[in-house]
Amino acid sequence: MGDVLELSEEDKSMLAGEAGPAAQLCLRMIVALARVRGARRLLDVESAHVDGCLYHGRAGLDFAERLVGLGGRVAVPTTSNVGSLDLRHPGVVRADPETTAGARRLMSAYTALGCSPTWTCAPYQLTHRPAFGTHVAWAESNAIVFVNSVLGARTDRYGDFLDIGAAITGRVPDGGLHQDANRRATIRLDCARLPPALLAEDAAWGVLGHLAGRAAGSGVPVLTGVGDAVTEDQLKAFGAAAASGGGVGLFHVVGVTPEAPTLAAVAAEDIETVRVEDLRPMRDELSTARGPGLDALCLGTPHFSLTEFERLAALADGEPFRIPVYVTTSRAVLAEAGRLGFAAPVRAAGARIVVDTCTYITPILDPVLRTVMTTSGKWAWYAPGNIGVETVLGSLAECVASARAGTVVRDGALWSS
Amino acid sequence: MVELSGRTVFAGEATADLLVLDAPLSFWGGTDSGGTIVDGHHPQRGVSLTGRVVALPSARGSSSSSSVLAEQIRAGTGPAALVLTEPDAILMLGAWVAAELYGLRLPIVVLTAAEHRLLCARSGPVTVLAGPERATITA
Repeated sequence: MGDVLELSEEDKSMLAGEAGPAAQLCLRMIVALARVRGARRLLDVESAHVDGCLYHGRAGLDFAERLVGLGGRVAVPTTSNVGSLDLRHPGVVRADPETTAGARRLMSAYTALGCSPTWTCAPYQLTHRPAFGTHVAWAESNAIVFVNSVLGARTDRYGDFLDIGAAITGRVPDGGLHQDANRRATIRLDCARLPPALLAEDAAWGVLGHLAGRAAGSGVPVLTGVGDAVTEDQLKAFGAAAASGGGVGLFHVVGVTPEAPTLAAVAAEDIETVRVEDLRPMRDELSTARGPGLDALCLGTPHFSLTEFERLAALADGEPFRIPVYVTTSRAVLAEAGRLGFAAPVRAAGARIVVDTCTYITPILDPVLRTVMTTSGKWAWYAPGNIGVETVLGSLAECVASARAGTVVRDGALWSS
Repeated sequence: MVELSGRTVFAGEATADLLVLDAPLSFWGGTDSGGTIVDGHHPQRGVSLTGRVVALPSARGSSSSSSVLAEQIRAGTGPAALVLTEPDAILMLGAWVAAELYGLRLPIVVLTAAEHRLLCARSGPVTVLAGPERATITA
């Protein structure tokens, strides 16, 4: 603090209530945050992604309904994160009636505020993508890290409440990851010794992301030595795990992500370097289950992409699954996967496709399912605490083979180095 | 008796027993609505934050932590105060909304790493007086 926050004339008039009471309330919140962050001014944002539509009890609902009551309306294009219900398949969530009613009201409130009912944690899979260098206000940790790192747009690590506040006012504090100085790497992970066959697996990127989160904390990791054949699904898996295992809001991959054509572009010469040689210990940290028993498979955290659907459709063709398989995705991606013929073989093999929400945030799995396999480092990290299951992390091929066998099947050659 | 001076992230006052967390914590996914640590990876899983002055190195993870914290404050299951080593925007927003909606103030204070260590070495009752900018912690 001590820095003086200078407000524009528009900010001052909004604080005086001239843009309505909802914008006034929201700008007061943003100014309070700006003072904590030591920001000297506020910035315009071009879009927002709202995480607050996930139901955590009355406080979140009271806030959203207060904004609706004050006549709030988003000022920039705004997408909505997952909610606590699958509105398209209402029976799939086993929440109690009070939670279900609250979750439905919360999703309605955000729609009334003008948010697009996208209900996805992967808004970057939709058609509108923020351009390089533009400022946005995105919440949801994996969306934040993706938009910053992979698209090169700029958001700070925003949370519930500030997200809708930024959407309604179009303003955010000029601090954190909006500023060049805070986008420099703080730690380097040298992956040159990891086997290329392992780095070709999305699940390996989830494990690597978890390691990066542990190593970087809330800093900015930079990866070197991974080649340039890195897919968006891999970057998605990496960022989601880095954001949940640590507080990572931005990463760089030299030669891959847009701000890092070279190491020198994002890091000092003497940056601390960790040489990554073996991912098995981290994979095993994300696997709480012991023994080969397996009850279910959960894919799509963050939400399954079209390319992931295509790969799963190819793998699922043939022998059906022997255990329950859940795939979470967005309505938009499911519609496209259906049109392109990727959803039918996945369903035919026995998978249940869930939209609008996710399997680790709300009771979807039958409580008798105790051990669950996943490709997602983020799912593996949160599910034991959130829904009380044991986890096994594996590649997509390992997951599909396991779902067919009804027991954990490992590709012995894959994870060894 | 030690008196520590810190920066206010969110103003308020509290006196309560100290709880020192040995690892960062995400409120979302890491604590339940009753204020208990449910993160299976956290060294203090099963410990209740309710009504304690919680000293933790930093927050971690999900941006839903602001909603979870606001709901804990509303329900009376939240901590009495939070003492961190770096300001956390997500937790501050949870405290801001709880104050705005319900008039309940959860003070959040940042100490330097050295002063934070001094606090973490203490036990028993702690008083947090967080003014508009500066905060005093007596332990």
